[in-house]
Amino acid sequence: MKTNDVILQTATKIIFFIIFLFSIHIFFAGHYTPGGGFVGGLLTASGIVLLLLAFDLKTVMTSLPINYTVMTAIGLLLALATAAGSIVFNVPFFTHAFDYFELPLLGKQSLHTAMLFDTGVYLVVVGVTMTIIQTIGADD
Amino acid sequence: MEIVMCFVIGFLFMAAVYLMLSKSLLRIIIGTGILSHGAHLLLLTMGGLRGSAPPVVSPGVTNYADPLPQALILTAIVISFGVTAFFLVLAYRSYQELETDNMNLMRGSEDYD
Amino acid sequence: MINLLLFPILLPFFFAIILMFFPKKRFTQRIITIVGLLSTLIAATILLITVKTNGIQAITLGSWPAPFGISMVSDMLSVLLVLSSTLITLIVVWYSFTSIGKAREENFYYPGVLFMLTGVNGAFTTGDIFNMFVFFEVLLMASYLLIVLGGEKVQLRESIKYILVNIISSALFVVTVAYLYSVVGTLNMADISVKISQLGQPGIITVIAVLFLIVFGLKGAIFPLYFWLPSTYAAPPIPVLALFGALLTKVGVYAIMRTYTLFFTLDQSFTHELLMIISILTIIAGCIGALAYFDVKKIIIYNIIIAVGVILFGASQMNEASLMGSIFYLIHDILIKGALFLLIGVIIAITGTSNLKKMGGLIKYYPMLGWTYLVAAFGLAGIPPLSGFVGKLLIIQGGFEAGNLWGGIVILASSLVVLLSVMRIFIYAFWGEPVEITPLTKRHYRGLFTPAVILVGISVLYGAGSEWLVPYMSDAADVMLNPSQYIQAVLGGA
Repeated sequence: MKTNDVILQTATKIIFFIIFLFSIHIFFAGHYTPGGGFVGGLLTASGIVLLLLAFDLKTVMTSLPINYTVMTAIGLLLALATAAGSIVFNVPFFTHAFDYFELPLLGKQSLHTAMLFDTGVYLVVVGVTMTIIQTIGADD
Repeated sequence: MEIVMCFVIGFLFMAAVYLMLSKSLLRIIIGTGILSHGAHLLLLTMGGLRGSAPPVVSPGVTNYADPLPQALILTAIVISFGVTAFFLVLAYRSYQELETDNMNLMRGSEDYD
Repeated sequence: MINLLLFPILLPFFFAIILMFFPKKRFTQRIITIVGLLSTLIAATILLITVKTNGIQAITLGSWPAPFGISMVSDMLSVLLVLSSTLITLIVVWYSFTSIGKAREENFYYPGVLFMLTGVNGAFTTGDIFNMFVFFEVLLMASYLLIVLGGEKVQLRESIKYILVNIISSALFVVTVAYLYSVVGTLNMADISVKISQLGQPGIITVIAVLFLIVFGLKGAIFPLYFWLPSTYAAPPIPVLALFGALLTKVGVYAIMRTYTLFFTLDQSFTHELLMIISILTIIAGCIGALAYFDVKKIIIYNIIIAVGVILFGASQMNEASLMGSIFYLIHDILIKGALFLLIGVIIAITGTSNLKKMGGLIKYYPMLGWTYLVAAFGLAGIPPLSGFVGKLLIIQGGFEAGNLWGGIVILASSLVVLLSVMRIFIYAFWGEPVEITPLTKRHYRGLFTPAVILVGISVLYGAGSEWLVPYMSDAADVMLNPSQYIQAVLGGA
C-alpha cells in the first residue's frame, strides 16, 4: 500500500531550508556562545535525514549528489591543515590565531583560524552521519 | 545533589549490566549506550557540581563551573556516538549474514578443534 | 622544529585522509601508503636521535601552558615504541600487497591501517590521561574496521564480542579517569604524578590503580581478562592478525607500565605485588593455552599472552635491570610476533589450513621457510644470541635482585614451554610425511616470504646488536625509575 505523505513532503520542502539555515546560524554562533561545528553538522544531517524520510534514498541522491566519504575526507583534511598551519610558524600544534577585521556590511568582526577548523568538523560530522544512515538505509 | 546523582549513576549501571547480560543483540547495544551515559554522568559528578557561572572570566564572578569535565564529556559522547553507530551497523549486517540476533547462537568454536 | 614529536602521529593521519579520496585505485593506494609509512619512519628516526641527544621532548598543544593544555611527551620509551610500531606496520603493509585481496584493498583497508598507526603512535606519545583515552578510541575504531573488513561469518561473530569488550573497557576507562580527576583535579600525567606524591597515595589512589590495571588489562590481555583475545584474534586475515598481535596488546602493556611507574609508586607493596602475581598467572595461563591447541594461529596467539606476562613481571619489579629488560622484551616481542604471524601466514597460504594435524613435510619443498621459521622460533624462546635472550635475562636478573625467586623461575620455565609450543609447529608442519599441497606461484610466494624474512632479519639484528642498544634502553628505564625527569620536561622547572 502506498501511503499518502503529501503533507510531509510539502512541509519538508520548506522546513529543510529552515533547518539548514538554523544549522548555519548555530555553526557561526559557536565562537562565543553555545554552538559550533559539531552541533551545526548534526542539525544539517538531521535536515537531510528528514528529506530521506519524506522522499526516498534515490530522489535525495539525485538532488544532493554528494559523496559523503569524500566530504568526510575534505573535512578531516581542512581540520588537519588548519591545525598544521602552526607547524609552519614553529609554534605548538593547534595554536590558533585571531584578529579583528572591518568587513563590508558586517562591520567589525573577529576572524579566527579556529573557524576553519570548525568548518572541517562540520563537514566531518555531516559526512560521517550521512554515511552511517546511507549504509543502514541502502539495503531496503 | 551529588548523592542523588550517585544513585542515578548506580541505577544506570545496573540497567546497563542487566541489558548487556541479555541474549538479544539489540538489547546489548542499548545496554552499552546506557553504560556510557552512566560513565559520562559519573564524570560530570566527579568534577563537582558546584559553581553556576559559565567558565568565562568576567568581573565580579567567583563561582565558575568547572569546564574540564564538560569538555571531557563532550569528547566521550562524540566517541560513544561513533561507536554505537558502528555497532548498530555491524549488528544489522551480522543479522543479515548470520540470520540471528541471539548471542547464544553466535558462540563460535566449531571452526577450530 | 618543536612539533617534531607530533610528526609520527600526523603523517599517517594525513596520508590516511588522502587515501580516502580514491578508495578504488589499488595501486595508487599502495604507493601512497608506502610513502606515508616511510616518511613516518624517517620522522620517528629523527625523533629518536633528537631524544637521545637533547633529552625528553615535550609540547603543549595550542600553546596553552602545561598542566592546562594537552601535553604530548616523547621520552625514550615512547619513541622506541613509536619507531618499532611504524616499522612493523610498514612490513605488514608490504606483506598485505600479496595476501589481503582485492576486495579489502578497495574498501578502506589501507586507510584503516594508517588510522590505527595514528592511534597507536598517539597513545605512545601522549602525556595526558584523557587524551590517551581518545587515542585508544582512535586505534580501537580503526581496529573495529580492520577486524570486520571482509564480512565473513566468523569475522562478524567475533567482532561483535571484540567491540562489546572494548566498549565496556572504554566506559571503565572514563569512570577511572573520573575518579582520578575527582581526587587530584588534573589530567596531565606529569601533574598527576606530582599531586599523587603530595597526597601520599591514600587508599582511593590504590583503588584507582587497580581500576587502571583492569582497564588496560582488558586491552593488554592479562589474566583473567584475556578471555576474549584468542578467538577474536583468530578471526581476521593474517596481516591484520599480525598488526593486532604485534601492536594492540602492547599499547595496553605500555599504558600499564607508564601509569605504574609514573603515578602509583608509593604503595608498591600492594600495587606492584598485585601486578607481579597477575603477571605470573598470565604467563601460566598463556602456557596452558599455547600447549593445548593444534591450530597454528592459536598457538602463536597464546604466546602473545605469555609475552604480556613476562613484560609486566619486569615492570612490577621496579629496578633498573628489570625495567630495562621489560623495554628490551617489549620491542623484541613487537618484532618477533609480527615475524611469526607473517611466517605462519605463509605456512597457512601454502597448506590451506591452520590445523597442524593436516600439515607435514613442508621442509622438502620450502627449506628456506623452515629454517627462517626455526630462527624466529628460537628468537621467541630467547635462545642467545637472538633477540629474546637479553630482555629475558635482564627481567630475571631484576626479579632475583628484588628477591622474587619464584617469579624468575616461572619465567625460565615458561621459556621452555614457549620453545616447545613453537617447535611443535616446526615438527608437525615441516617434518613428517609430506601432505598434498598446491604450491604457490613463485611470485606469490616471494611476495609473502620476503617481508617475513626481512622482519626476522631485523629481529636477529636487534638481538645481535643489543650491546649498542643498551644506552637507549637504559635511558628509557632511567626515566621510568626517576619520574622527576619526565615531570620536569613537561611542567618546566617547577
